Amino acid sequence: MSTVTGLDTVEIAETTPEQPQPFAELGLAPDEYARVREILGRRPTSSELAIYSVMWSEHCSYKSSKVHLRQFGEKAPPTDALLVGMGENAGVVDAGDGWAVTFKIESHNHPSYVEPYQGAATGVGGIVRDILTMGARPVAVMDSLRFGKLGAPDTARVLPGIVAGVGGYGNCLGLPNIGGEVYFDASYAGNPLVNALCVGVMRTDGIKLAKADGPGNLVVLFGARTGGDGIGGASVLASATFDDAKPSKRPSVQVGDPFAEKVLIECCLEIFAADLVTGIQDLGAAGLSCATTELAAAGTGGMDVDLDLAPLRDPTLVPEEILMSESQERMMAVVTPEKLEAFLAVCTKWDVNATVIGTVTDSGRLRMKWHGETIVDIPPRTAAHEGPVYNRPIERPVDQDAVNQHDGRDLPRPRGGDELRDTLLRLVGSPNLADKSWVTDQYDRFVLGNTVLAQPEDAGMIRLDESTSRGLALSVDGNGRYARLDPYAGAQLALAEAYRNVATSGARPLAVTNCLNFGSPEDPAVMWQFSEATRGLADGCLVLGTPVTGGNVSFYNQTGTTPILPTPVIGVLGLIDDVERRTVHGFHSDGALIYLLGDTQDEFGGSEWMHVVHDFLGGRPPAVDFAREQLLADVLINSSRDGLIDSAHDLAEGGLAQALAEACLRTNIGARVVLPEGLDPFVALFSESTGRAIVSVPRSEEIRFTDMCSARGLPATRIGVVDVLGTDLDIQGEFSVPLRELRTAWSSTLPARFAD
Amino acid sequence: MSLWHADPQLHDVDAVILPGGFSYGDYLRCGAIARFSPVMGSIIAAARDGLPVLGICNGFQILCESHLLPGALIRNDHRKFVCKEQSLRIESVDSPWTSQFSAGQEIVIPLKNGEGGFVADEHTLDELEGSGRVIARYLDGNPNGSYRDIAGIRNEAGNVVGLMPHPEHAVEALTGVGTDGLGFFLGLVGVPA
Repeated sequence: MSTVTGLDTVEIAETTPEQPQPFAELGLAPDEYARVREILGRRPTSSELAIYSVMWSEHCSYKSSKVHLRQFGEKAPPTDALLVGMGENAGVVDAGDGWAVTFKIESHNHPSYVEPYQGAATGVGGIVRDILTMGARPVAVMDSLRFGKLGAPDTARVLPGIVAGVGGYGNCLGLPNIGGEVYFDASYAGNPLVNALCVGVMRTDGIKLAKADGPGNLVVLFGARTGGDGIGGASVLASATFDDAKPSKRPSVQVGDPFAEKVLIECCLEIFAADLVTGIQDLGAAGLSCATTELAAAGTGGMDVDLDLAPLRDPTLVPEEILMSESQERMMAVVTPEKLEAFLAVCTKWDVNATVIGTVTDSGRLRMKWHGETIVDIPPRTAAHEGPVYNRPIERPVDQDAVNQHDGRDLPRPRGGDELRDTLLRLVGSPNLADKSWVTDQYDRFVLGNTVLAQPEDAGMIRLDESTSRGLALSVDGNGRYARLDPYAGAQLALAEAYRNVATSGARPLAVTNCLNFGSPEDPAVMWQFSEATRGLADGCLVLGTPVTGGNVSFYNQTGTTPILPTPVIGVLGLIDDVERRTVHGFHSDGALIYLLGDTQDEFGGSEWMHVVHDFLGGRPPAVDFAREQLLADVLINSSRDGLIDSAHDLAEGGLAQALAEACLRTNIGARVVLPEGLDPFVALFSESTGRAIVSVPRSEEIRFTDMCSARGLPATRIGVVDVLGTDLDIQGEFSVPLRELRTAWSSTLPARFAD
Repeated sequence: MSLWHADPQLHDVDAVILPGGFSYGDYLRCGAIARFSPVMGSIIAAARDGLPVLGICNGFQILCESHLLPGALIRNDHRKFVCKEQSLRIESVDSPWTSQFSAGQEIVIPLKNGEGGFVADEHTLDELEGSGRVIARYLDGNPNGSYRDIAGIRNEAGNVVGLMPHPEHAVEALTGVGTDGLGFFLGLVGVPA
């Protein structure tokens, strides 16, 4: 018997094979539990059960998505841009001159619904630690947010809290927020999406990997103490094993401490600079369970841990809870004995708590002790990498054909100048197209002093360092309505838009991260959406030559049996040699000629116009043409480098009309526009055909610019002129709107909803 | 050069800038804990002896907590963090930190704060105004509820200035908002206007 009351040890487990265990309450299926017993040759201890249950959860093991995500590796385009590919905490891209950039996006959807502020805040904190773990200094964040209808009661509860949480954490860390998305759709009521992206910069020789190498090396837990926050199922274990004489109602959402993270960042960067670690891992989902099993599995293969050495915020925590706690702002490092003193000295300087809790071994086992008794003895790979893999049933949704066939072609369209004008004003003020300043003004976009472009520009752009002119550009995009109509195309459309946005800023798109937000994988129709979206994304990345470097899957986003719109959110990273050459999206040079690049078709499936005016979703999304996207990107990038254009803005939701309105309102400068001949004015203004952008070209560069377009075969149609003194957006022959009226329509929607 | 919070030495610097940020997370009152850091003891003493000190945002809050400047900074009246390009009018140029400007000059620099509402009692406000110690005022709308639109103030001697907006983000057109912020720094390094 154990000397610690109620402690479940390996010794006890070996002699009590019949003891009932709460595996179902912890989310393990009967066959998964049986597999654990088979691996161990006995029943697991309650601590081991805690480890397997969190490591084999959907969130950590990707058990339903793995077979589909493999395509990102199998179809990866050949590239010499990647220094670290998929599988680590984040991918790393070579940025030239010895610079490297690492980036990743991750979801924090469910916690943000339960507790909007902390859920969103710790979402930012978690992705920032992933980037830090690669050895990089985090330099910027972005956020992609989706909510129920703007007018829905719960939106007023979750949106202000989520925005304040994203801002509160990122601002306190001193990281600029350089862009993102805010969308509204009824399907996200009860399932808001909070996808946070972080990007970091480092020298190529400073890349760190998450592995515990070298027997005898020390395992150091540092940062915040472990508390009871973020423990989901652990209470099941506690109540199964212990009496109830302890605090039971703990928040299942983690609570963030951004100042602790800020100090942890600076502490880690100093430790990295002095080369004091051989491996490092952050503690995120599944906390200590994940860090110990992954570090051990990736390294020499074994680790001994004295769990009772872990510093606790709550001394009543039992081992199972310590293993499952998702307390924030914690890291685990592997340090050689010679460097321990220097490591601890840096931690002391930054007032960061650091404790040696174990050693690396070559035993092939992860062993943990609690007050001298063995409570965990497992092969770490079985928890970290050899979890269950499911080929979930896939079935095309029964209503998919009907949704595609009811294409809305017969919906009444606006005719004549007055109706087109009304449509424009209605669309620019609609929730998805309206000014998002109410949100983005709560984020610091200037801090660190390297922000070259931030929202509402097409892409965010950061100078890598004050010592270089090199920069990175990022865009995140997604459109759940397109993906509902065709998930294969929907993922590609998101990829195409993010790619186009990066190119519009003047940067060369190079690599991809993704956050795949879907309903339940146990629903074959959802699994069909997921399989189609991953296939579309993998195929698209292969064609564009932009490999997926990492990302995240979020399943179970649904209310009852109704899933959210399938929402793949795609982040594209690009690089630019000289940030001075970046392209802005607002008109600013008088007399510059406005050109529409690309082709416009009658494409309204999934469009904002159908959504806003007719509340209709049906038909096919706009066609994807990657060859055209690459051609457009080449022209935009070369034009930026050669100084041929003053501004560029991609055409997406809301079409040409929205792009023109935004280009005028950005700088409060008017424009006179003549719609292309041979196109129906409504189609010209509001179609959402892809592969398009508007640029403004100085008159002196017009011939060079049009020569380049025609030489490369990119359609370029002159549609107007920038008028610095103009106070209207004038669509000649159709209508004219004073910018003041346009601005009022565009900018009052969110403030009116969230007025104090 | 950077001074370290735990090191009371000022290392013979000629002036000190207390930057913005979130010292100790702003979990207590903004600046209330940083004010007691070892280096602040030395800065407070040196400032009383005439060392030029500029506090920006959280630095301004620390200066108020240190009683080098009167008044206090409280949560924005709209209760949200705000980040925007802010128009200011320079009201007083008789401090080394503002000598590069002309009185009444209008500039634009970024503002970003959650607790930037400057408050003081009526008597103090009258005294600040009467003695020309309001150095900058918000234009085109008050972004945070500051009394009398005050964006920055100085001490009686003029060597200590607190400013809520961020001039350091307006020193390079590429990464900020124009270069209007340069004036706050050039006076100290002897660059003629």
